Amino acid sequence: MSKKTHITLKVNGKSEEFLAEPRELLIYTLRERLNITGPHIGCETSHCGACTVTVDGKSVKSCTMFAVQAEGAEITTIEGIGTPDSLHPLQEAFKEHHGLQCGYCTPGMITRAAKLLEENPAPSEEEIRFGMAGNICRCTGYQNIVKSIQAAAAEMNSSQSSSSEAVGHKTTEAAE
Amino acid sequence: MIPAAFEYYRPKDIEGVLAILEQHGDDARVMAGGHSLIPMMKLRMADVPHLIDLQDVGGLSGIEVTGDSIRLGALVTQAQIIDSAELTRAAPILREAALQIADPQVRYMGTIGGNVANGDPGNDMPGLMQCLDASFSLIGPDGAREVAARDFYEAAYMTDREDDEVLTAVTLPLPQGGYAYEKQKRKIGDYATAAAAVQITGQGGTCTSASIAMTNLSDTPIFSEDAGEALVGTTVDDAAIKAAMAAMLGDIDPTEDNRGPVAFKKHVAGVILRRAITRAWSRA
Ligand SMILES: Cc1cc2nc3c(=O)[nH]c(=O)nc-3n(C[C@H](O)[C@H](O)[C@H](O)COP(=O)(O)OP(=O)(O)OC[C@H]3O[C@@H](n4cnc5c(N)ncnc54)[C@H](O)[C@@H]3O)c2cc1C
Repeated sequence: MSKKTHITLKVNGKSEEFLAEPRELLIYTLRERLNITGPHIGCETSHCGACTVTVDGKSVKSCTMFAVQAEGAEITTIEGIGTPDSLHPLQEAFKEHHGLQCGYCTPGMITRAAKLLEENPAPSEEEIRFGMAGNICRCTGYQNIVKSIQAAAAEMNSSQSSSSEAVGHKTTEAAE
Repeated sequence: MIPAAFEYYRPKDIEGVLAILEQHGDDARVMAGGHSLIPMMKLRMADVPHLIDLQDVGGLSGIEVTGDSIRLGALVTQAQIIDSAELTRAAPILREAALQIADPQVRYMGTIGGNVANGDPGNDMPGLMQCLDASFSLIGPDGAREVAARDFYEAAYMTDREDDEVLTAVTLPLPQGGYAYEKQKRKIGDYATAAAAVQITGQGGTCTSASIAMTNLSDTPIFSEDAGEALVGTTVDDAAIKAAMAAMLGDIDPTEDNRGPVAFKKHVAGVILRRAITRAWSRA
């Protein structure tokens, strides 16, 4: 056992403070310490993306980050993206377009998609597939996930275009 | 999967890093993005009793493009390479290669310093840096030194860097001419079965210089000087490309693994190099 470290995080807008061993991975902090069980443990080997959360504006596989690394960071999980009474357009669209079957990958999928749409509010199908490449789904074959993200983007852009132009549009061509 | 316990340090400057490395020797190791190291620690393939997180260390970030060279701080991430318009104008091959590494989540975290220091033959940046004739800045208890990327790699996970040295920056001359980074992999996010980095210049339809390096086809990246030479003075026609492929195949030494048998890897290496040369030349 190594010395415990004092850690402060802001998770979904709420400040959290605790003592933890440095080897505690962020996914365990979220799920077991803070009872935030939206992010899932899938492969636990940095591949599947079920544990994806946003850490200071980056999509991160929380099985591959120690909680101490995130000291002082702002973290958003699926719980911070929408509520049952007020779903995020992505959640609404995944429901509407069958973007999930078993639902295991969905929290990570939507958390990543939210970040993708922030960076690129009107992605092409290719850009969606490339931007979602770190999230694996074993049920849907991805078709409906792509459709859901496209539908959410259209919805978000139409409700926004009346007020202001989307800013910070950034496109990344698919290299693969 | 939970790694073995370790002490965690987050120094603010390089002196602090060096002091901890000196105190704990082999038992201490630096971490940048952690996306090679943490998986190894979880698998207990890396034992790191003292882990030094570099994220707060000053002077290790930043992309500087000057008239004749580019300097990337060790902590520059793959995502930052992709997003930098200035860097992409100066050296588009860096962005083309970075986009072919792993997936978005990994690219937010993975750093250029970690990628080139790691020593995994599967990493994409080492071969690219050999192609571009980059050099690595190292600092240790005896001071700072520069090592050429072409002299840095000794064997898998063995590099010229001493355990008590930290890589602070990667510097490369401004690349000239056409470029291509081609990579064959089994699925998106995978390491290369074979990858080729090509930078090429020409005048009046004749190749004047060509630099070629290959990834994951030996226990180190392979800078194939002969493959480049085979193109110089030619019009980069089919015969010249075949000669470059033959020269490259003489330099690599792939082994059989879950990406396929040796004959297959050599075949793929040839295909990938042909594509890379053709695309680079079309942009020269
Ligand atoms: C799912 C997945 C897929 C991947 N696919 C690819 C791929 O296709 N191509 C590819 O190239 N990489 C791939 N990677 C690896 C990824 O790019 C890593 O992030 C990168 O290899 C290491 O960078 P890092 O900053 O994460 O380094 P770390 O993991 O922090 O460190 C790696 C090693 O380098 C040492 N080190 C780090 N920084 C320094 C420094 N400044 N000075 C001295 N030593 C240092 C560490 O001690 C450690 O031994 C993949 C990773 C994952 C998880």
